[in-house]
Amino acid sequence: MERFYTLAFAAGIGCFAVAFILAFIFPWMTIEEYHGAKYRTLEELAETPSASFIELSEKFPEAFAREFPAGVNSDTYGEALRLGRDLYIGQACWHCHSQYVRVVSNEMQRFGPASTAQEYQNALNQPHLWGTRRVGPDLTREFGLRTNDSHIAHLISPKDVVPYSMMPAYAYYFEKDGTPKKDGFGLVTYLQWIGSEYIRQAEEKAADAENAEEGTDG
Amino acid sequence: MSAAAMTATMKTQPLVSDDGKPLVAYHLVRWHIAAAIISLIISMTAGFLYSLQFVGYYPFPDSELLSPGHIRLIHTNMAAYGWLVNGFTAMCYYIIPRLTGYRVWSAKLGNLIFVVWQFILLSTIGGLLMNRAQAIEWGETPTGFKPGSFDLNWIPVDLLVTVGAVLLIAQLMVPMFKARDQKFYVTLWYFTAGLIWLALTYLMGNIIPEWVLPGAAGAAVTGLFIHDLVGLYVTPMGWGLMYFFVPLILRKPIWSHSLSVIGFWALAFFYPLGGVHHFLISPIPDYVEFGAITTTIAIEVVVTTVVVNFFMTLRGKWSALRTNMAIRWFYAGAVMYFITCLQCAFHVTWMFQKVIHFTDWVVGHAHMIMYGTFTFWIFGTIDWLWPRIMKREWYSNRLRGWHFWLSTIGIVIMFTDLTISGLVVGFMQRELNPWSDMVQASIPFWWVRTFSGGMMITGLLCGAYNMWMTSRSDRVYVEDAHYIAAEAD
Repeated sequence: MERFYTLAFAAGIGCFAVAFILAFIFPWMTIEEYHGAKYRTLEELAETPSASFIELSEKFPEAFAREFPAGVNSDTYGEALRLGRDLYIGQACWHCHSQYVRVVSNEMQRFGPASTAQEYQNALNQPHLWGTRRVGPDLTREFGLRTNDSHIAHLISPKDVVPYSMMPAYAYYFEKDGTPKKDGFGLVTYLQWIGSEYIRQAEEKAADAENAEEGTDG
Repeated sequence: MSAAAMTATMKTQPLVSDDGKPLVAYHLVRWHIAAAIISLIISMTAGFLYSLQFVGYYPFPDSELLSPGHIRLIHTNMAAYGWLVNGFTAMCYYIIPRLTGYRVWSAKLGNLIFVVWQFILLSTIGGLLMNRAQAIEWGETPTGFKPGSFDLNWIPVDLLVTVGAVLLIAQLMVPMFKARDQKFYVTLWYFTAGLIWLALTYLMGNIIPEWVLPGAAGAAVTGLFIHDLVGLYVTPMGWGLMYFFVPLILRKPIWSHSLSVIGFWALAFFYPLGGVHHFLISPIPDYVEFGAITTTIAIEVVVTTVVVNFFMTLRGKWSALRTNMAIRWFYAGAVMYFITCLQCAFHVTWMFQKVIHFTDWVVGHAHMIMYGTFTFWIFGTIDWLWPRIMKREWYSNRLRGWHFWLSTIGIVIMFTDLTISGLVVGFMQRELNPWSDMVQASIPFWWVRTFSGGMMITGLLCGAYNMWMTSRSDRVYVEDAHYIAAEAD
C-alpha cells in the first residue's frame, strides 16, 4: 500500500482508468447507441448556405465580395462559420453565454425546448461550447429570432440595444458605418447558425412522422 | 516510512546524496518560486481588470488585443499553469529528495524544464491574446492547429505542455523509483499518483474533446478534465505539502496514520468519478450524473477524515497559529478547504443545481478552493522556505502579517459576496425576471467582488515586495534552534 509500484499502478493508473471507463466510455456508448446521433462534418453543415449569410452578401455586396471573392457557396459559408466560431472561442464568448437549455428553473419558458444530445453531434460542437456560467443569456435557442442588423448593432454597442448590458463592445469587427469586416461576417454568420441543428432535426423528425402516418393511411 | 518515523528522519538524514553531491537543487526551488509569484501577479491583475468590465470601468474598451475575454483566459490559465504548477514544482524539488534520499534526475534537465515551462506560459499568453484559445475550460492553452485540421496557426502549446510534463514527471519520478524498496511517507503517495494523474488528465482533456468526440460525449470528458485537473493534480500536491510541512514545523507526527491511508485511497478512488458534476441536468445520461453526485458526496466524508487528522495533529500546539505564520496559512487554508468541500456536498445535488448553476455561486466556490486553500498553502510553504533557501531573515514581519490578513479578509469577502449573489440571481432566473434586471441586481455584488479582489492583490504585492527585499537583505538567517538538526548539515 505504501510502495512505489502500488501507488503508481493502483492509484495512479488504476483509479484513473476506472473513472475513465465509468464517467466517459459508458456515457459515450449510451449517447452513440441509444440516441442514434449521427455526426455531421463541417462540409455537411455548410452544404446549404443560410438565409442570413445570403442576406449579408446582399446587404453589403462590396465588402462581402472583397472578403469572400467566391461569392455565396458552401465553401465560403463553411469558412465563415469556422471563422466565427474561432472568434467566439478566442474572445471567450462561451464563458458568459451558455449553449444548453436545462429542463429545470423555468428555462424552457425562458429560452425554449430543452437540449438534446443529438443536436451537438457535429463539427462545430467539437469541442462543445456548453459553458458553465451565464452572465448573459443562453444562445442555443436564438436561431431565427434576430436579424443580421440587430446582431451587428448589438455587437458594435451592446449598451445601445440592451441598456443595462455589461457585454464588451466588439466594434473593431466592423467599419464605422456598420459594414462587417471579415471577422464581423464570420461572427454574425456563426451567431445566426447556433441552434439551427435542433430546428433541422425537429423538422426532420416531423417529416418522418408525417411520412409514417401517410404510410399507414395508404 | 511511517508518520512517526518521518520527523525523526528529517532530523538525522544528511542533506547530501550517496555520491556526496548536495541533495536538493536549491536554485530550481528559487527559480520556480519566483516564476510562480510573477505568474500569480499577472493572473490576479488580469482577474482584477476583468472584474472592472462587470462594473463598467474596463480600461481598454476599444482594444481587440486586450479585450475582456482575452484577459479572463489569461487570469485562469496563469493561475493554473503559471502559479500552481510552478509553485508545486518548486515544492517537489525541495521535498522529494528529502523524503527519498535521492537527488532528482538531473539539475541540467531541471534548467531545461524551467525554461520550457516559462516559454509555455509566454506562448499561452500570446496565443490567448491572438484569439488562439482552445475551447476546453481550464485547458485554453492553444493547440496551435487550426480547428479540425493539422495546419499550424500558432506555437503548438499543448504539445509543449505534454513534453514539459513528461520531462517533469521523469525528473521527479527518478528519485521515487530509486526509493521503491522503501515504505513511502504519505506525501510521496500523493506525489507519485498526482504526477501520473497530471499527465493522463492533460492528455485526456486536450485530445478527446478536440480531436475525437463532439458534443455531449466530449462534454463528459471536459467535465472530467476540469475536475481531474483540480482533484487529481492540485489536491494531491496540496495535501502532499501539508503532510510534509505541518509535522515538520510542529515537530510532531501526524495524528493518525490510518486516517492518512483512508484519505489517500478514497481520494484516488472517488475523486475522478465525479467529473460529470460540472454539467448536471444536461444531455449527458442521467445515470452518469447520479454516479458523479454520489461520489462527490462521498468525497466530503474523505475530506472530513483528512481535516480531522490535521486538526488533531494541531491539538496541544494551538499557539503555533499565533506564533508561526506558515502554520497560520496552512490552517486558514484547511478551514476554507473544509468549507468549500462541505458546500460542494450540497450544491452538487440537483436541488441546488437548479438554482445556483450558471451563477456567481460557482465563481465564489472556485475562488475559495483555488485561492483560499491551495494558494494559501503555497504561500505558507513559501513563508517557511524563503528565509531558509535565501539564507536571509524576512525583511519585514509586518508585511507578512499584511499579506496574510489582506488575503484572508479579501477571499472571505469575495466568497460570501459571490455566494449571496449566486442565490439572488439564481432565484431571479428561476422566477423568470428579465435578464437586465438580473444584471442590475448583480452590480452591487460585482463592486464588492472588485473591491475584495483589490484587497487580495494588495496583499500579494506586500508579500512579493517582502520576498524581493528579503532576497536583497544583508541580515543572514539564523536557523531556529529546533530545526538546526534538520537543516544545517
